[in-house]
Amino acid sequence: MRAIDRFKPLFYVLLSVYALITFVPFLWALSASFKSLPEIVSGGIHLIPKHFTLDNYRTIFRQEPLFGRWFLNSAIIALSVTGFNLIFNSMAGYALARIKFPGSSLMFYSILAMIMIPGQLTIIPSYLIIKELGWLNSYQAIIVPMAAQATYIFMMRQFFINFPKELEEASELDGLGKFGLFFKVVLPLAKPALAAQTIFIFMGAWNEFLKPLMLMSEKTMFTLSVGLNTFKGQYISFWNYIMAASIIMTIPALLIYIFFNRFFVQGITFTGTK
Amino acid sequence: MAKTFTKSKLRDMASGYTFMSPVIIILGCFLLLPIAYAIFLSFHKVNLLGTVSYKFTGTANFERMLDDPRLWIALRNTAKYALIVVPSQTILALLLASILNMKLRYRNFFRIAFYLPTVTSSAVLVLIFMWIYNSNGLLNYLLELVGLPTYNWLGDPSVALLGIMIMNVWSTAPLFMVIYLAALQDIPENLYEAADIDGANAWHKFWRITVPQLKPVTFYVIVMGIIGTFQLFDQSYIFSAGSGGPNNATLTMVLLIYQYAFKNLDMGYASALAFLLAVVIMLITVVQRLIFREERLN
Repeated sequence: MRAIDRFKPLFYVLLSVYALITFVPFLWALSASFKSLPEIVSGGIHLIPKHFTLDNYRTIFRQEPLFGRWFLNSAIIALSVTGFNLIFNSMAGYALARIKFPGSSLMFYSILAMIMIPGQLTIIPSYLIIKELGWLNSYQAIIVPMAAQATYIFMMRQFFINFPKELEEASELDGLGKFGLFFKVVLPLAKPALAAQTIFIFMGAWNEFLKPLMLMSEKTMFTLSVGLNTFKGQYISFWNYIMAASIIMTIPALLIYIFFNRFFVQGITFTGTK
Repeated sequence: MAKTFTKSKLRDMASGYTFMSPVIIILGCFLLLPIAYAIFLSFHKVNLLGTVSYKFTGTANFERMLDDPRLWIALRNTAKYALIVVPSQTILALLLASILNMKLRYRNFFRIAFYLPTVTSSAVLVLIFMWIYNSNGLLNYLLELVGLPTYNWLGDPSVALLGIMIMNVWSTAPLFMVIYLAALQDIPENLYEAADIDGANAWHKFWRITVPQLKPVTFYVIVMGIIGTFQLFDQSYIFSAGSGGPNNATLTMVLLIYQYAFKNLDMGYASALAFLLAVVIMLITVVQRLIFREERLN
């Protein structure tokens, strides 16, 4: 114990240095987004802009009229994917944990196996299937294939298996069917597991890059991540615009993280030690 | 009695399948079917023009890999990348977690702050780092300040991959830090108390108790790190605008697969590459799970 006390200042220094290493890239980006191009080009390293300006943010919406549309596309996709996953994964997890039906253990083991399948294997065939369905350049091309995920079905199953049985038995006596029971009693009590799931799935869908890159070739259907990449190509060396656009993309994920960070830890430690 | 028994059994079956049906349809159509399709594609030459047609070519796609110089470049990049990134991020994660596990004040603040890069989109992170890496950028300024040589980080093939490595250590170490942190809290306190009685110092305790106790987690973290290396795509795609350049320095396996499939429209060969990649990743995962299980039982 005493040894730790002696080294305490050193540990605080280490932690602070690493916090600085974490923050500096973000602050540097934020700072560039409020500087004018001449100020960026003229060099000189100062974090606080000499002439604070909001022009970059105004310009990206004016010069790139699709920027708002990309934001909307990302939001529609991320929110729908999150909504579907919450319902579908919970339903499946509940059935696997609590309902006895033939084939349930086969399904459970299949889902365990699916968790191990690397996504790279299915990139090309999924593209061909979606093309065959005529879904290229549509929201469902990304939303439907992402609407259920094996990892979170497993997570919900583990959650429901430890759920107190008495609650369900009592409600069953009240004459609620399996569906009423699930939506009125079980789901409201599963909030912590649902919150952890919401965050991971929303982040995953919001930040997804490869799927929209391959499935959306029309500029109006780009998501923010793909749009940002083409934006970079067009405005090469206009770092003030590129950084402003990057900041806009980061804000929604950042807000969710700040408000829900305690669920993050639960979720990671769960998926990390499964 | 028997009648109601089967009736409730039937009702359970009906509700079981109803609850499972969305998942069965989605995973069936967009996971199981694509897996079978991927294996099929690996053994065919695919013609995408007009109506899609396939020509069975046996193992030709796999034989072609042997003399595909770009595949070997991608594998060499992956190996180089894994050799540097995996140990660095593992050690950094363990170090940060060990410090955070001590009862220091503001530890929650530091934990939340450190984790920030992990929730930021890779597209944004790459752009921020490209901004820092550009020739008149922050990194070169700092290097100059302390008298180190500066580089053209984006255009020089000898350092381009290093740039991505630095970025990835920075952005993935915090994820593993959280996993380590959870594992540290599971180490029984009485092990340390026993060591205290024996008069062990903090350093000894770290090496003799903490590190051995964390062995399964370290193994998990290393395996996940290696798999992550094999799956690298977003970073090198955005960094090199899809080319894997400069001079193939940032070419990765998945980027190579992407280029063959969507630039050369050679879906058969690309599928064979993806199939091989998936087999390697799954073998690593299975080995890790088997060893991890055994460790748990002991």
